[in-house]
Amino acid sequence: MKKHIKVLGPGCTKCTATYNNVLEAIKQTGIDADVTKIEDIEEMMKYNVLATPVLMIDEVIKVKGRVADISEIRQLLTA
Amino acid sequence: MFDWLQHSVDWLIYNVFSLTHGSKVADALNFFVFDTIKIFILLGVITLIMGIINSYFPIEKVRNFLTKRKWYGLDYFLASFFGTITPFCSCSSVPLFIGFVKGGIPLGVTLAFLISSPLVDAVSVAMFLGMFGWKVTIVYVVSGIVLSMIAGYILGKLKLEHLLTDWVKKILENKQVADNSYVEEKQTFMQRLPGIGKEALEIVKGVSIYILIGIAIGGLMHGFIPTGFFEAYISKENPFAVPIATLVGIPMYSNAAGVLPIMQVLVQKGIPIGTAIAFMMAVVGLSIPEGLLLKKVMTTKMLFIFFGVVAACIIISGYIFNLIL
Repeated sequence: MKKHIKVLGPGCTKCTATYNNVLEAIKQTGIDADVTKIEDIEEMMKYNVLATPVLMIDEVIKVKGRVADISEIRQLLTA
Repeated sequence: MFDWLQHSVDWLIYNVFSLTHGSKVADALNFFVFDTIKIFILLGVITLIMGIINSYFPIEKVRNFLTKRKWYGLDYFLASFFGTITPFCSCSSVPLFIGFVKGGIPLGVTLAFLISSPLVDAVSVAMFLGMFGWKVTIVYVVSGIVLSMIAGYILGKLKLEHLLTDWVKKILENKQVADNSYVEEKQTFMQRLPGIGKEALEIVKGVSIYILIGIAIGGLMHGFIPTGFFEAYISKENPFAVPIATLVGIPMYSNAAGVLPIMQVLVQKGIPIGTAIAFMMAVVGLSIPEGLLLKKVMTTKMLFIFFGVVAACIIISGYIFNLIL
């Protein structure tokens, strides 16, 4: 099943790092997934987050307030 | 406390590299190696301690804590205190701001948290300890918290709610007080430790490049600027030194890691420590990028009031530092 991944963050270095890690993890696992970057703050607040960056998989917050590394995202994707 | 380290560094520089004791290169290298290792040891220890506290009081818990009860002014202290132990990224400031006021936390208390968070954190505490000793560190941490409380309190009293941007006002009208979706994970200390360690390592890794560059620039300035050089321009007697240092620092954007090694050299070369701390607080606490982010939630008028009140508090604490340190 296709996974929907969202990266929330206003575009600071940490958010970009998370986004790039997600792309790399998808490439490494070969999983079918789409990634959306949410940079608009009003949009972001709908998810009720307090600290960015946030990594969401299928509308569930998996990691918040820190950069998730590639191996961690791979685990989350294959779990 | 670090005698053993100084001995090892001396041994390395004078015996292993066989550099002449007292030569300029040997002394500069000795200073650089010793300072770097000392600061990284302190950084590791302090980020771990702060990480442990933060693991038991994550930001969601702090918010629920502040919304559930009436604290009769104590909430300003709690917000400022928890601001210091929460790792802060300036791009989190807007989500955090909305999340707090939406949960019913007063505007002043929210701002107190936002002010203290970048001002005092694991990195600045570790570097203050390494460069200025425990006495200056305690004064800095205590005044950072007090300054945030006072600035937050004043901003709260000014009743600035009508100066928020429209979409924030709309959010406030529909605020849900009973939004306690946060469930604490039940984990033992040993289960938490790997995650805490990993995060501490990330923080240290993230700032290490700034620290190395900062110490390198500091080392160069140390060697080339004569002692007392700045005294001619910025002396303790000059009443305008503190406000000027603060105003110069506001537009600049750097974290504590980058600005502290340079500040250490400025102090060694004759700038009064209070003036230097005021400059440093203005650099890490207020900046143009942060202002641009906050423009999303504040009108320009409110932004100016916010920066103005915080800057005034920084200037006052600069004078106080110069008196007591």
